[in-house]
Amino acid sequence: MKRLFKNETVQEFFESKEAVFGLILIIVLTLSAIFANFIAPQNPYDLKQLNLQNAYKPPGYVADGIRFWLGTDDQGRGVFSTILYGMRISLFVGIVSTIFSAIIGTILGLVAGYFGGKVDTVIMRLADIQLSFPALLIALMIMAIWGQGLDKIIIAITVVGWVYYARTVRGSTLAEREKEYVDSARVIGVGHLRIMFRHILPNVLAPVIVIGTVRIANAIILEATLSFLGLGVPVTKPSLGSMIASGYQVLFSGYWWVSVFPGIALMLIVMGINLVGDRLRDILNPKLKK
Amino acid sequence: MLEVIVRRLWQSIIVLLAVSLLVFVMVYVSGDPVELLAPPDATEVEVAQLRKALGLDKPLHVQYIQFLKHALHGNLGYSYVNNAPAVELIFERMPATFELAMFATLIAVLLGIPFGIIAAVNPEKIHSRLIMVGSLFGISFPTFWVGVMLILIFAVTLGWLPSSGRGETVRVFGIPWSFLTIDGIKHLILPGVTLAFYHLALLVRLVRAGMMEVLLQDYIKFAKIKGVSRRKIIFVHALKNIMIPVITIIGLNFGGILAFAVVTETVFAWPGMGKLVIDSIHLLDRPVVVAYLMIVAVIFVIINLVVDLTYTFLDPRVRLK
Amino acid sequence: MSAILEVKNLKTYFFTKKGIVKAVDGVSFQVFKKEVLGIVGESGAGKSITGFSILKAIDPPGKIVEGKIVFKGEDLVPKSEDEMQKIRGNKISMVFQDPLTSLNPVFTIGYQLEEAIKVHNPEMSKEEIRERAVELLKSVGIPSPEKRLRDYPHQFSGGMRQRVVIAIALANDPDLVIADEPTTALDVTIQAQVLNLMKRLSQERGSSIILITHDMGVVAQMADRIAVMYAGKIVEIGPTEEIIFNPRHPYTIGLIRSIPKLSGKRGEKLYQIPGMMPSLLNLPPGCAFAPRCFCRTEICEKEVPELEKVGENHFVRCFNFRRIADDKQSCKG
Repeated sequence: MKRLFKNETVQEFFESKEAVFGLILIIVLTLSAIFANFIAPQNPYDLKQLNLQNAYKPPGYVADGIRFWLGTDDQGRGVFSTILYGMRISLFVGIVSTIFSAIIGTILGLVAGYFGGKVDTVIMRLADIQLSFPALLIALMIMAIWGQGLDKIIIAITVVGWVYYARTVRGSTLAEREKEYVDSARVIGVGHLRIMFRHILPNVLAPVIVIGTVRIANAIILEATLSFLGLGVPVTKPSLGSMIASGYQVLFSGYWWVSVFPGIALMLIVMGINLVGDRLRDILNPKLKK
Repeated sequence: MLEVIVRRLWQSIIVLLAVSLLVFVMVYVSGDPVELLAPPDATEVEVAQLRKALGLDKPLHVQYIQFLKHALHGNLGYSYVNNAPAVELIFERMPATFELAMFATLIAVLLGIPFGIIAAVNPEKIHSRLIMVGSLFGISFPTFWVGVMLILIFAVTLGWLPSSGRGETVRVFGIPWSFLTIDGIKHLILPGVTLAFYHLALLVRLVRAGMMEVLLQDYIKFAKIKGVSRRKIIFVHALKNIMIPVITIIGLNFGGILAFAVVTETVFAWPGMGKLVIDSIHLLDRPVVVAYLMIVAVIFVIINLVVDLTYTFLDPRVRLK
Repeated sequence: MSAILEVKNLKTYFFTKKGIVKAVDGVSFQVFKKEVLGIVGESGAGKSITGFSILKAIDPPGKIVEGKIVFKGEDLVPKSEDEMQKIRGNKISMVFQDPLTSLNPVFTIGYQLEEAIKVHNPEMSKEEIRERAVELLKSVGIPSPEKRLRDYPHQFSGGMRQRVVIAIALANDPDLVIADEPTTALDVTIQAQVLNLMKRLSQERGSSIILITHDMGVVAQMADRIAVMYAGKIVEIGPTEEIIFNPRHPYTIGLIRSIPKLSGKRGEKLYQIPGMMPSLLNLPPGCAFAPRCFCRTEICEKEVPELEKVGENHFVRCFNFRRIADDKQSCKG
């Protein structure tokens, strides 16, 4: 651990106040989500704990022995509690789909870059075609055809994301392939798979991490958007996006807190990720070094 | 140059075919296709008739050819929910979406480029830092939330601007446009700003990054040493170099704006293609969804083609090989 | 002959997060009318920074902290940016190392050449400017100049590009041209052409040249006088014959020895000065060359030597230059 902190890159990372702030945001929010059941005054998914009479109460309202810090929604759920539990969904979907798409994308990129030729052409054409369409549309397409639900959202976001990794990894692989250590390995008789994964992969991983960080933010926003549009989670387990949607409908009645607070939570986590991702990218970008 | 155009055109056609195949496969292979196209309350007999009429009893590749033929004739299915051909429904709403998208793009470009330049030229000054913080917020807010917040502030609390609908329109060349009326403009502002938000922030960051990179180049230093004024260096020498990638990005982003219009239209009940599609997904009106996907695919391919050609045309290094 | 440029005790420091880099640390020299002064040294010795300092084109975190740059009687250091703009490209111009990156890829060379003229001659008409541009291209030896005005940088070969850059530098008949490694990026065969072109043009137009390079061979051919720089200071300066045939500073001696010679014995190893120039962040106390010097003594590691006269117009910055043996490879006593 100490060695990690002495590492030059890590030190450079911490030189930026913004990046540190972002990291703190991420840690705080993630921990709150993980330990939601300890922090939240109420479990919003447990229907037994809900009391419809508490619906649409403003922030600070007290009832049933619970202080609703951020008010309640249409089902009497505490907004604060729902946000904490909703963050779990956002983070889960964001991280899982990013990991999946990173794995798929990296593998495809390695294969395309390593074998070249027709394999490369096919994979890259596919990537190009997909890249010419906005992510939201592709996700909509998948969900329109295969239906709704959390698992479909994860699939949709995974499908949307693989391209970014594939392209970068392919580029790096092409470069690495020409290097001597690959030749040496081949000459000794090491098989393709082993070369790809044990030798080349570690060298092309750095940009994947940078891309992955930012993509988690994109994934979270995409999930929230899909949920907002009513294409995601079931009504009883609201995620941040669907909370904002339900709040949207009662804006003119003056119940502003149902939309505002989940949005702020969403914004904070995304901002945190962007700050960290920005710093990582600046550190690893050779062009900006004078 | 001509061969480049021809080659790109050819590639675009292949892409379109690939997309049509993809859509076809996904739609027609995920369950009984007749179900997609028949009204929900059709009887067994009607379904069988429909199957025959649509040629769905024929082998798959024949069906695909038929699908393509129909598509080229502008027939992409019939919406039972709205009782009209899907294509007609979509074309009816396209102007509204385009108007919104153009308005948003205009805002993003007119504000994004200048702010990006300002932030790049003096990165340490306070106004540059403020711009960068602003852009960070801009890309961290999901579009739909921006819309909701704007409605909350400007429609609910302040009551200055309307929160839904399109407003008065004026017909030009037979197409209704709303930016030509005051009422129309009032209705355009909130959804337009919402849609522009993310892309404006993105553009600011891109322009700043590009500009900063260019300003480090030797030819900028050389221009300075020639005695060219700082202002001219920034606005002529540096700017022209980033214009090419920036225009490319604006063009490609237009696609993103069109996509996010789906969200914005939903929030503001703006009568465009996007809202139609979301409603259709909820109402299980599949033909409309399929038609939308195909039409949007064509639009994107055209956008990409135009952007590609523009890029080729603008960069002298590519143009004059 | 009067000096058109006199640099007095110039100090340009860079204030970085890791410390102060003393890129130019007390440099003084003169440049006379119609002469070529060569400034020679390894990379990082401060030669280019000296050139940029003269035009006050130093970006932060760099700053000219001390010194005078007297050009035709006026000190440039206190001048404002606006005033410098009138001098740059006009009375003093500069040529960079890489002609490909010096020219803006999205503008025609005609545009860039005419711009150099127009900026300093706003009253000239378009036709006059065009004529002058054509004339300049002709003078640097570019065939079909009228047509080539409309071409872009990437349509020229490396040597041609550098000629264009020289044309731009000479556009307003400057009194001084600073050439920073003008031929390093070019093929060896083109180098000679470009160098001769520069020398001829400067003679014709009466401009002086400061030729900055790491290549002793180039400077031996082109320069009338040579200044040798090391770690931000001039360690030896004098007429070319003196420096080449009678070098007195151990570093200069090393540089001359490392010029590959066709006349050497076959299989003889190329001479290399042992060691490396220290990082300018961490200069050793005393003479900066001491760690690599074959004639160092105790005082060299403690104090910094001053410039001492050795011959007519020939100065050296070394405590021990008198003790260097005639074979120039060892130290006496």
